[in-house]
Amino acid sequence: MKGRKISKGKASGIALVSEKTISFYGGVDPNTGIVVERGHDLEGKSVTGKIFVFPKGGGSTVGSYTLLRLKKNGKAPLAIVNRECETIVAVGAIISDIPCVDKVDISRIKNGSKVRVDGDSGTVEI
Amino acid sequence: MLSGKQGKAVQKSMEILTALGEIFGADKFVPVNSVQIAGVSYHNLGDAGLEFLEDMARNGKVRVKTMLNPAGMDLENWKVLGIPEDFADKQMKVINVFRKLGVNITCTCTPYLVGYNPKKGEHIAWSESSAVCFSNSVLGARTNREGGPSALASAITGRTPFYGLHLDANRAPKITVDVQAKVMGEDWFGALALAIGKQTKEKIPFIRGVRKASLEELKSFSASFPTYSGAAMFHMEGITPEKVSVPSEKVVVTRKDVEDAIRFLNDDCQVDFVSLGCPHCSLQEMERIASLLKGKKVQKETWITTSREVKKLAVSKGLSKIIEASGAKIVADTCLAVAPLKGRFKAIATNSAKGCYYGRGSNGFKTRFMSLEECIKEAVRRC
Repeated sequence: MKGRKISKGKASGIALVSEKTISFYGGVDPNTGIVVERGHDLEGKSVTGKIFVFPKGGGSTVGSYTLLRLKKNGKAPLAIVNRECETIVAVGAIISDIPCVDKVDISRIKNGSKVRVDGDSGTVEI
Repeated sequence: MLSGKQGKAVQKSMEILTALGEIFGADKFVPVNSVQIAGVSYHNLGDAGLEFLEDMARNGKVRVKTMLNPAGMDLENWKVLGIPEDFADKQMKVINVFRKLGVNITCTCTPYLVGYNPKKGEHIAWSESSAVCFSNSVLGARTNREGGPSALASAITGRTPFYGLHLDANRAPKITVDVQAKVMGEDWFGALALAIGKQTKEKIPFIRGVRKASLEELKSFSASFPTYSGAAMFHMEGITPEKVSVPSEKVVVTRKDVEDAIRFLNDDCQVDFVSLGCPHCSLQEMERIASLLKGKKVQKETWITTSREVKKLAVSKGLSKIIEASGAKIVADTCLAVAPLKGRFKAIATNSAKGCYYGRGSNGFKTRFMSLEECIKEAVRRC
């Protein structure tokens, strides 16, 4: 799938897919990589080492730093794929050197499938 | 800049700004005249944020007038406020990195009260939501609501992508609000903003029916409005400077709506913390507080938060002496939204509708919402 490049770098791994917006600040624990937002469809799951697929980010702009904290703690996702990337995730991915691509049909990516993300060319392969 | 010839900090900054420009469809960059950076409290940055800032400071310098949002503590008087030593140590590291970057260590949500007065039409890159709302709406300057890293990127490169509220078309109001209530005082303006925001959501409103508003009332309105709506600015007939056409979609806000907003901000509780200065107190507010506290003693922990510049003026005018003689604390550089206060108090009294939101959300306090005068009465009242 051809999308739009947001943050450079390449990664392949297993997809963790959510249908919900992710608010990194307060929603994902920066020390463990576990989704802690109450009632979220990924509550209790770890984003660490996954190709993290979700529609878009939200919440406080401080969330960019949560992504960075995940990265420095070795708990970050390998790459991020969004339907529509916004400021918080875009900036967070760039400062954390996490490959990120958006504007792809994320409904085609199934939880647990193997995915390759190329943030240099803006492509996602399933 | 993007190639890295000007160093890694400039390259990273341009990567951030280019990505944002692409996401929001900007066709160019515009120069900015001033920058306000959020993400100053160590509480939000953590060690990773601190390391990122250190990386940027290794070979980066700001190119334009840049100041900061409030930090997690009063940078001089933190001990009196009960801030833990290890937190203070990390917070000072953050501040020193900003200093190395060439940032003016003015930690305030009211830059417009301390010499950062952008003119109508001027492009800026500010972060804090009330300062963004005030500068866009009341001053007619142009800024999107920047996050910490994007504001820093603008400071290091001197530019911002041309999208969002930098463009005329996106500043036009989409909904008319007829205010059918007489509103006076900072607290009522905050409640009015909540009542309006609840109805207008992410649409920029054109507000009619407010006859006059003081700087302090507009400061309060600008803090509450983005907190309780999805919009970063407003227009107010006869008060804000931009000429706009009147949107056909209309809503009415009545006295009852404002009273409902006030009710929503009031919990049933016993106040153990009185907090004034969200956004940071102006000198006029410091004068009012001093005259109310003269010769009295506060019976509860009372914080008057303000910028260091206004505090200096308050000291030179003898206001600080009067306020501090009452036992109230003048707290500079920080505020209740970013200081580590969770667990220290149960219920706050404040005249800030925004303060209630963060008091409840970040700190788990119950809230009592009242005028500045009533807050002081509450502070000196024996339980």
